[in-house]
Amino acid sequence: MKFFQAISFQKSLYARLSVLLAAAALVPATLACAADGPKHGGTLTAIVQPEPVTLTPAFNTATPTQIVAGNIFDGLVYYDPALKPQPSLATDWKVAEDGLTISFNLRKGVKWHDGKPFSSADVKWSLENVWKTIHPRNKAIFENVATVDTPDDNTIILHLSKPSLPILSVLNAVGAPILPKHLYEGTDILNNAYNNKPVGTGAFVFKEWKKGEYILLERNPDYWEPAKPYLDKVIFRIIPDAAARAAAIEKGEVQYATFNPVSFREVERLAKLPSLKVDTRGYDWLSPVLYLDFNVENQYLKDVRVRQAIAFALDKEALGKVVWYGYGKPAVSPVPTALTAFHDASVPKYPFDLKKAEALLDEAGFRRGSDGVRFTLNHDFLPYGDDYKRTGEYLKQALKRVGIEINIRAQDTAAFIKRVYADRDFDISSSYNGAFPDPQIGVVREYWSGWLGSKTPWTNGSGYRNAEVDGLIQAAAVEGNPKKRTEDFNRFQQIVQRDLPTLPLLELRFFTLHSSALKDVVLQADQSYGSLKNAWFDQAPAQN
Amino acid sequence: MIPVSARFLGRRALQLVIVVLGIAITNFFLLRLAPGDAAQVLAGEAGSATPEYLAALRKQFGLDQPLPVQFALYLRNLLSLNLGFSFRQGLPVLELITQRLPATLLLMGTSITFALLVGSAMGIAAARRAGRATDTVISSIALLFYATPVFWTGIMLIVVFSVWLDWLPVGGMTSIERGYTDLAYLKDVATHLVLPATTLGLFFLAVYTRLMRAAMIDVQRQDFVRTAVAKGLRPGRIAYRHVVRNALLPVLTMLGVQVGAVLGGAVLVETVFSWPGLGRLAFEALFQRDLNLLLGILLCSSVVVVLANAAIDFLYTVLDPRIELS
Repeated sequence: MKFFQAISFQKSLYARLSVLLAAAALVPATLACAADGPKHGGTLTAIVQPEPVTLTPAFNTATPTQIVAGNIFDGLVYYDPALKPQPSLATDWKVAEDGLTISFNLRKGVKWHDGKPFSSADVKWSLENVWKTIHPRNKAIFENVATVDTPDDNTIILHLSKPSLPILSVLNAVGAPILPKHLYEGTDILNNAYNNKPVGTGAFVFKEWKKGEYILLERNPDYWEPAKPYLDKVIFRIIPDAAARAAAIEKGEVQYATFNPVSFREVERLAKLPSLKVDTRGYDWLSPVLYLDFNVENQYLKDVRVRQAIAFALDKEALGKVVWYGYGKPAVSPVPTALTAFHDASVPKYPFDLKKAEALLDEAGFRRGSDGVRFTLNHDFLPYGDDYKRTGEYLKQALKRVGIEINIRAQDTAAFIKRVYADRDFDISSSYNGAFPDPQIGVVREYWSGWLGSKTPWTNGSGYRNAEVDGLIQAAAVEGNPKKRTEDFNRFQQIVQRDLPTLPLLELRFFTLHSSALKDVVLQADQSYGSLKNAWFDQAPAQN
Repeated sequence: MIPVSARFLGRRALQLVIVVLGIAITNFFLLRLAPGDAAQVLAGEAGSATPEYLAALRKQFGLDQPLPVQFALYLRNLLSLNLGFSFRQGLPVLELITQRLPATLLLMGTSITFALLVGSAMGIAAARRAGRATDTVISSIALLFYATPVFWTGIMLIVVFSVWLDWLPVGGMTSIERGYTDLAYLKDVATHLVLPATTLGLFFLAVYTRLMRAAMIDVQRQDFVRTAVAKGLRPGRIAYRHVVRNALLPVLTMLGVQVGAVLGGAVLVETVFSWPGLGRLAFEALFQRDLNLLLGILLCSSVVVVLANAAIDFLYTVLDPRIELS
């Protein structure tokens, strides 16, 4: 353990070299230690990209904010690899038979980073002032919470006017962030100065944010979980260029990077290095699905046969293997397989079949012209990098074979969002969404007609309107019986996969790259957003 | 040296105000032509949003006001020398710019100085041996660096000097949390500066080499050079005292142009090397539709351009006594 402290306080290159030499001599001893379990010490350098807007997840659900905030804040629970909630700030909880009461027992003796005690009042305040109001995802999930009782400092009881079962799927640190009431009460939450110097209860304490360079967190010595965290410091560096990220990871300057930090081509090469590991676990809480939105108001796409024909014309297996380098498996339903309780494998399927695609297009009355072209559509791909552009190029090639010409259009994010969700000036767009453990959180947004006209990003992009689907979505939202809810969602999947306003393409497999010396780094289904409190170095990284 | 007249200064100051104000007003309306706004970008990044959330953001950013009101507020701020607030970054624009300015000045200053000195030296050497092997080699090298994309040069330098040789860090400006002070700190920053400054310097180098070479050859044909040769002066003295001094004028003009581009000119290099400079900040502000911040950076750039041009005009008079400021 001394050895790690020595490493992290190196001042000069020469001293570092001498320690490395000493370390080489100590290798057998170090290996012997490793068997004894986690060791304290070391500074972990990670990547967060792009730079977060804020470090408080209360009103910003963007990935960079959550990656950092997950280390500073604790949730009531975290999610194990099977997506089951496990105790964190809540030690246990109970949902009443009728789903109308949910009570939590809170952990005792937890302190905020500024030393003030954490209590049920913080949870109640956050629920009423953040989750129910400004949190973009939770508003709908918590809106039926009528009253909140806090009989004592360590108990909180939610009374609901109607059941809301998805509550139990969003209670981690970033899903339902608990803010310190004593610093936020009575202030303008969006403009509170603590948003950028957060005070949480988590394993790491916020120390410094040097804009454009890094965010520094330090070990919380008073953390409620004994002995944790193991790392002394966590530095999140901002490295905007993908090739530079690959170089920093390869060199060992960075030991942990999530959410596809380098290109697929690069990861194939890096995966072969003994010093690095690639891990695709830790993203199940998000469960991202790549999909195409068909504008159902388009003169061709309004015919369901055309939409189905496009589905038959795409070889999703090849798309996953070639375009996504194997980091995606064909999706059969908008509800991905990771959501075992809700995924319906019996939905109408569209296996790769060019003949069927052609037949459906002929049947719809769009015959090939003398140049072999039936009609032309514009495709706007999600401007989040080359993978989506290449997906668009694949779409163009694949549909050309059945006589549909695709015109690919590129733009930046702001223009894309305006075009698809506000101006509705598109034919086919690509995007991905997080399904989250309950379809109500991430999936139904794409299909509910209540969103139409609201010009809200990542909602019903296709313009789909189906009264039965709307009814199922609304019924499931307030259904207290889990079995009945699953039935509602199964029926929902059957209908939308028949009508196909949105075509799910791939269940994306995001990847994390980390140093082989970093152990116990992926233990949760929400690890990519979660705390690094379990991670430890079996061999300290040579600092840059 | 010609004394700078008060009239000259006064006219330049007036020019500065008019040009900068004109640029600011044009920018204000030009940037609003970009589709989408900051609230949509934020909501888009969040991956989830509600109309209420969008409305709250627009209200916070002042985007719910009609355009003429926004413009009036902007003008009022501008005239009171207030650059406004970046809601996305949660900081005043001026503070954001001053945070990033030193890094940009350091990078641009080093690389332009490097390019100016080395480029001019290469140009002089090439001109003195025009048409011979030395000239061909120098001109080819300069063109090669000019034609290579900056980001590629940067990545290659990283791969060779950081990953393979492990001599220099991959990026950033300082080693984080090492507690360096004084000399150790300077050394640390210098280590981080080598690769980005070289990358950018190599790109600028070609321009100075080519300009210096062409200007030297041009001046060498002038009558006063022939006179100097006829006087029997040593070739070295002719080259440096008579030719270079006159050939420096176009180089100086180029320098003025590049100094003007200092604030935003290094986007690619700053991105590749994670250098915390202004170019990157402006680039990101554009994509995030953070118009207050972008307007602020553009305004500062325009001030620098106008000032740099005035300074260059003044330097002309130092180099060439025939030129007067009027």
